[in-house]
Amino acid sequence: MVLGKASSSSLSMKSDEDVVNNNNNLRVLVVDDSPMIRKLHDMYLKKFGLEVQVAENGKNAVELFRFGASFDLILMDKEMPVMDGAEATKELRAMGVKSMIVGVTSLDSPYEKQVFMEAGLNYCFNKPLIADNISFLLQELNKNNNDKN
Amino acid sequence: MDIVNQLQRQFIDHSTSLHREGIVDDQFTELQKLQDENSPDFVVEVVSLFFEDSEKLLNNMARALEQAQGVDFKQVDASVHQLKGSSSSIGAMRVKNACIAFRSFCEAQNREGCLRCLQKVTHEYSLLKNKLQSLFRLEQQILAAGGSIPVAK
Repeated sequence: MVLGKASSSSLSMKSDEDVVNNNNNLRVLVVDDSPMIRKLHDMYLKKFGLEVQVAENGKNAVELFRFGASFDLILMDKEMPVMDGAEATKELRAMGVKSMIVGVTSLDSPYEKQVFMEAGLNYCFNKPLIADNISFLLQELNKNNNDKN
Repeated sequence: MDIVNQLQRQFIDHSTSLHREGIVDDQFTELQKLQDENSPDFVVEVVSLFFEDSEKLLNNMARALEQAQGVDFKQVDASVHQLKGSSSSIGAMRVKNACIAFRSFCEAQNREGCLRCLQKVTHEYSLLKNKLQSLFRLEQQILAAGGSIPVAK
């Protein structure tokens, strides 16, 4: 498992149009109790041509999946009321959800991040998410999708 | 120099000083770059949400530190931690740094230290709020005069 820091900023992006076209079918769920963070991540992701939905806590995120929604990528905050990110991640994995789940957290301690990873994350980034993080995740997603085809 | 150029000059100077004084960092520039013609008020909207969040958190900290029956330092720390996260997300560097110092006093359960830090964080927050509101006012004036906002590099 990778305690993912973003790849270096020497990642070169294709032209904006190529990136948006490649990403048109990818759906992302942003799970965070902060309206500000939801808005910020929503904007970042839309710039990459992604379809974005938001949920304000882990319970809402789990319920979306229970009602049949599916997403290619879930950006999961850790500290949320009702159900936190670690618990939501465990539930989703127990339900058989195979989507990429990425922790986005302001947790300071490497131990706490590792515990969050062990709930079933693919990667864990520090807040705030930056463009390089998203480029990296999209490369991984597109790689996974190509492997399946 | 016509009025638009004058206002644009003022905007650039104000923006530069925000960075030079460490009030905002590159994360704020990233935020400005996200704004476009489809979301022309994006920065103002995100910053307004930040102001709302921050004022609630600062009030929580003050209330928790006032408790006569004993301060719940975990509660204070939780609010400081949240403010640290959100200030970092919008590039409010001095607020973020003040929060980092604050957390060490929470950990040490030092009430006097925490009160001093609360004063510092509140001061940095007020400074940030005033400066950003001036920046947004300049933007409005530029647009009203028919000009365009200089692009952040």
